[in-house]
Amino acid sequence: MVGTVGGRLSTIDLRRGAPVGFLIGALAASLIFGMVQLANDPVLFFQTLMKSLGLGSVYALIALGFVLIFKATQTVNFAQGALAATGALFLAFLVQKRSVFSEGQSVVERDGHIPFTNISNPLDSLGGPQWVHWSLSVIVALAFAAVVGLVVERLAIRPMIGEPLFSVAVITLGLEIMFRVFNNDAVEIELRPIGVPWEISGFKVGGALINWSFVAAMVAAAVAFISVYFFYRSRLGIAMRAVAFDQEAAMAQGINVGRVFAIAWAAGAVLAAVGGIFATQPPVEQTISVDQGTANIAFRALPAVILGGLDSVTGALLGGLIVGVAEIYAGQYAAGHTSWLGAGYPLIVPYVVMIIGLLVRPYGLFGTPEIERV
Amino acid sequence: MTRAVLGRPRLYTAYRQEAQLLPTWTQKVVCTLFVAVLFLLPFDLPVISHIPLVRFLGDSDWMRPMALLMVLAIAALGLNLLAGVAGQVSLGHAFFMGVGACTAVYLGGTSGEATWGHGLPIWIWLPGAGVAAALVGVAVSPVAVRLRGLYLAIVTLGLVFLGIHFGNTSWGRKIAGPPALGREFPGLDVRLWKEETPLINVEDDGPWLWFDVTDLQKRYLFLLVLTIAFTLVAKNLTRTRTGRALQAIRDRDIAAEVMGVPEFRYKVIAFAVSSFFAGVAGALFSALSQRILATDFGLFLSVEFIAILLIGGAGTTSGTLIGTFFVVMVPQFVEEFTKWLDRAEGGLTELLARVLLTEGDDFGIINTAIQTPGWTLSVFDWNIVLFGALIVVFLIVEPLGIFGIWVRVRNYWKRWPFSY
Repeated sequence: MVGTVGGRLSTIDLRRGAPVGFLIGALAASLIFGMVQLANDPVLFFQTLMKSLGLGSVYALIALGFVLIFKATQTVNFAQGALAATGALFLAFLVQKRSVFSEGQSVVERDGHIPFTNISNPLDSLGGPQWVHWSLSVIVALAFAAVVGLVVERLAIRPMIGEPLFSVAVITLGLEIMFRVFNNDAVEIELRPIGVPWEISGFKVGGALINWSFVAAMVAAAVAFISVYFFYRSRLGIAMRAVAFDQEAAMAQGINVGRVFAIAWAAGAVLAAVGGIFATQPPVEQTISVDQGTANIAFRALPAVILGGLDSVTGALLGGLIVGVAEIYAGQYAAGHTSWLGAGYPLIVPYVVMIIGLLVRPYGLFGTPEIERV
Repeated sequence: MTRAVLGRPRLYTAYRQEAQLLPTWTQKVVCTLFVAVLFLLPFDLPVISHIPLVRFLGDSDWMRPMALLMVLAIAALGLNLLAGVAGQVSLGHAFFMGVGACTAVYLGGTSGEATWGHGLPIWIWLPGAGVAAALVGVAVSPVAVRLRGLYLAIVTLGLVFLGIHFGNTSWGRKIAGPPALGREFPGLDVRLWKEETPLINVEDDGPWLWFDVTDLQKRYLFLLVLTIAFTLVAKNLTRTRTGRALQAIRDRDIAAEVMGVPEFRYKVIAFAVSSFFAGVAGALFSALSQRILATDFGLFLSVEFIAILLIGGAGTTSGTLIGTFFVVMVPQFVEEFTKWLDRAEGGLTELLARVLLTEGDDFGIINTAIQTPGWTLSVFDWNIVLFGALIVVFLIVEPLGIFGIWVRVRNYWKRWPFSY
């Protein structure tokens, strides 16, 4: 008995041991580094922490959209970025009062209007404070995003039930390319402001500047994750988990699989749109307007999903936070090495974190390993 | 070895027979004619120039897309070995092309204030680009072998973003040249070493043997020879022990390992070979465009290769080539069609032009104005939309691609009176 235990301990599988050791080493090093920085300049450390949690929340929101769609439909939705930009664009159309160039000069003020029409936004003439209009516009924009998600699911994903997973993923890549053309065309050359009430202002806590958008992102992420937690315990949520487990068996139990697909895509599109709205604000961008790069947020959130595990809600939250913390801290404390890391190096930190994480756990931190049969 | 039975072209009595490059006489004849036509295509010859598509493609305007087509075909053949034959779907093919391109300009380019280079001849930089990309592929494969399916695709997608970033760092620019400008590149001239007059002149007009050949025609022929060579390598590789091992891994990796196929070694081989193809193609790509841009080797190019495989038919060499033709040429045809429509006068074509084309304010969906603000899109944008739509439609309607359509048509005629 003792011999077997000893034998098991003495054989260290190098293929497993080396990455785990590397990971522990890296974690210990970053912990020590964090302690030193905390002792050096606690205010800066705290400010960076809040910023990174804000960014992590944005990643977690988008990652949650990926996970919801993947769990229900077994599809990695590469079009999530396009959906994010579309949602944010809808909001921009609804709220903006933008100047229109006429004869070379910016003269005409055009009110916000319903997308694809000339009807001006009725929410604008409600009266009352500005933030009420804005919140209502956000709700309308999210509803539009949900409709887009439903249409995409019905036209492109539903016919592919039963096809290989990769084919469906490539379909979403095709959708991403198509959406991107239309989005870029809608953005045109100028920026499209989304009229956030708190803009880029912030408040100070003991010398550390914290933007309101960080807090908003954290609140949005908390609301989203808590509602998903309760959703998965509702009747429909249980149906969705059953579909995720085995489509055919779920269908045999009388679950309407098509409806589960539709709901998952609508929810995914709404989460993407919320992520897209936050992708225009401080931890990510300073412009608070939609531009041609807004869609890229999803490709940076993808490492968070993979790190956490494609089919785990907890993984989406933790993966998003880890990636966000890594990105902001690297941007804050490695800025002295920009000459060889290149400008904008924080943007590739998520991918590096993802690759290191996958070396240790090939299915992510909380992902379910595929059961293999010969 | 048993002989083929007359009148039963698909009756195989030995494995060697089935594994032949071109099993039937029809295929041998058609393939020889096809290659001959490809070689004679750019020249204005009596019979050949009157075949409809050939007369069109042989025109000097079309030599540039044809050259691009062949470069992308080499890369696509590489991805086909990895994704189609070995089943390891990679979205990072553009990254390996970028590695090849950077190696090529580093070895073959000139050294200057803002750039590094060694000015070496093509017989060093072309294989060098392939080998460097293959080495990077081998370096990546330990991570890649542990992953499968979508996880692998997303990690290789990460490589693309890493590559673009490092191409734009201060030291990356020393290799790739300043952004948006690129750098001088020696072109395809074959030299023995660094001498002034090249051994084989590919970049300028001039005589080859007794024939007067323009630079475009020369480049076409040069790339054609390379493409045929790489096609043969790719096709033959699938017929060897390695190819069969890769197919076994694709079909069921655990079963393959149980039967004694060392999975790790063969996956590394697949990555190395596919990256070698990509590296060479990347070097040729930058030699064609005379400049390399990190952003050229982005996600879009990777998706283009996936689309080539899916549209042509994954796992088949001829399908890959057809897919490349389709993906590269359809946008060109659409563009040419729009130009032709824009010039049309009278009759049905003008009506069609009125419906389709617009210059901004009137009815139509394709904007022909130089700048196209607002909702109507330019031909360029419509081509990208069409590309995305083609991926979606092909996957939904015909998952086996054009090759699958061809197989269905062939089987229909083979059983003709009794087709069902």
